[in-house]
Amino acid sequence: MKIIVAIKQVPLRDSHFRIAASGKWIEESDLSFEINEPDAYALEEALQLREKHGGEVIALCAGPERAQQTIRDALAKGADRAIHIETQDLNALDTLGVAQLLAAAAKPEQADLILTGLQSDDLGAGQTGVVVAELLGIPHSTIIMQAEVRDRVIRVKRELENGWFQHIEMPLPVVLTIQSGSNKLRYATLMGIKKAKNKEVKRITPAELGAESSAAAKIEKIYAPQKSKQTQIFEGDPKAAAAQLVEKLKFEARVL
Amino acid sequence: MSILVILEQHNGQWHRISWETLAAGQQLGVALGLPVEAAIAGKGVEGPASEAATRKLEKVWAVEHDLLEQYTADGHTAAFEELIRKTQPSLVLFPHTYQVRDFAPKLATRFSQVLVSDVIAARNDNGLVLVRQFFQGKLSGDIRPGGSPCFASLQAGAWRADQLETGSAAMETFVPTLDASRIRQKPEPPFRETARAVDLSAAGIIVSVGRGIKEESNIPVVRELAAALGAELAASRPICDAGWLPMERQVGSSGQTVAPKIYIAVGISGAIQHLVGMKGAKTIVAINKDPNAPIFEVADYGIVGDLFEVVPALVEALKKAKG
Repeated sequence: MKIIVAIKQVPLRDSHFRIAASGKWIEESDLSFEINEPDAYALEEALQLREKHGGEVIALCAGPERAQQTIRDALAKGADRAIHIETQDLNALDTLGVAQLLAAAAKPEQADLILTGLQSDDLGAGQTGVVVAELLGIPHSTIIMQAEVRDRVIRVKRELENGWFQHIEMPLPVVLTIQSGSNKLRYATLMGIKKAKNKEVKRITPAELGAESSAAAKIEKIYAPQKSKQTQIFEGDPKAAAAQLVEKLKFEARVL
Repeated sequence: MSILVILEQHNGQWHRISWETLAAGQQLGVALGLPVEAAIAGKGVEGPASEAATRKLEKVWAVEHDLLEQYTADGHTAAFEELIRKTQPSLVLFPHTYQVRDFAPKLATRFSQVLVSDVIAARNDNGLVLVRQFFQGKLSGDIRPGGSPCFASLQAGAWRADQLETGSAAMETFVPTLDASRIRQKPEPPFRETARAVDLSAAGIIVSVGRGIKEESNIPVVRELAAALGAELAASRPICDAGWLPMERQVGSSGQTVAPKIYIAVGISGAIQHLVGMKGAKTIVAINKDPNAPIFEVADYGIVGDLFEVVPALVEALKKAKG
């Protein structure tokens, strides 16, 4: 089975974000980056499916030069090879623009399965996988916890709201967006890291993919959220802060 | 030129964000000077459609087909694509539900558009501007959509259903031309993993724990706080995924929705998936080391600090206050 995993490199979760001078995006120069967490679960699911069914796992990533690190990490964890779509400015594209690049790079591979995380930790649009499926003309299902493949049919466990689930069957090839926490993530082994150095990373540019850049929705301005509530903050000595909080809960909020 | 609001219901049960989305549609209709229509798809949806028609709307479409009895991404996409080509709305609004996340991006792609997802506010500023969150709620951004129609899904709780205006709308049944062979997903009936033993929705006080607790062996730190308050212990998703607390104690879009008297969020950054499950609490307390964590935006009281120092101090202070 040939599996493509689309991964994205995003800033570390607990980064402190500063807004760039343009006012349209964040200042990226002083940030550290890692694999988008839901994509790490998609990679894990792909590696487990390969262990069961054999075949190949290809990591597919669109991003600037620094995305090389995330690609190497995926190879070290066990992906067989990688495709890096080199885009200097991923943020100039909207979801459709990014999905067009990914779909164009995935198409010639004729994979049985394309996996990706259910959403990214940075934009959080939660639709790249679905749009890739539509562009490739293949079925999809989202927020997937488990997948079993038998005789060119895949049966997935999809998460619904409020603790409900559902099984869905589809004919291969398909695109699935994977929920976080569905598996335990593996670490790269020393051997894996060593082997990754010799694995193939194919670099392609958006121009080579023939993708035209579109932006149906543009970010006009980015800013710190407006508070919906007046929050009373207690800082400093933990004991004093705790005492103040109990006082407030008892006499102001009257909930104790 | 109109606004089309897509409503969602399952087996005759309305998804509660449907009404919030309809209220948003009415308000944007006034702001943009556009008539507002609504649509609901399924089998036997004339009942729900006629209920929606008691609101102030131009028209309600009952999108009716045997193949829409069970939700599928392919079926819903095809049905709504046909309705949108017929009615030519300039704005299509959806409730931001798991179901909408499954098909609306596909639908938008059919029109070479993107779905502006999880929108928290909208206004007319020389044209439509939509506000959504980035970086797990740490930043907000204004989006100016281009082209028509614009597709947007609205976050739970961002608009208020009680602001819906009543009225009387025309109802029309629309039968899309669906082809069974083009619906590739074969869904099975929804199920629950286990009967839910813990009903957090009835709890008066909840102490909830997130990633900030770092290790499973630190869980007793928050357990002690829950004991001191007589509270139920709950958690954000990553804690339940890791198996540190059972799944049935998860609060958020994939877990339970709670509205206690006091909700104390310990080491929870406040991703939107968590906030939708708890922002209805009467009093929210947040304890977090990051002063920029989005949880502080919904909190009434906050302590910025190391939870491993703050929580034991809070347990002490509570004991003293009781004693």
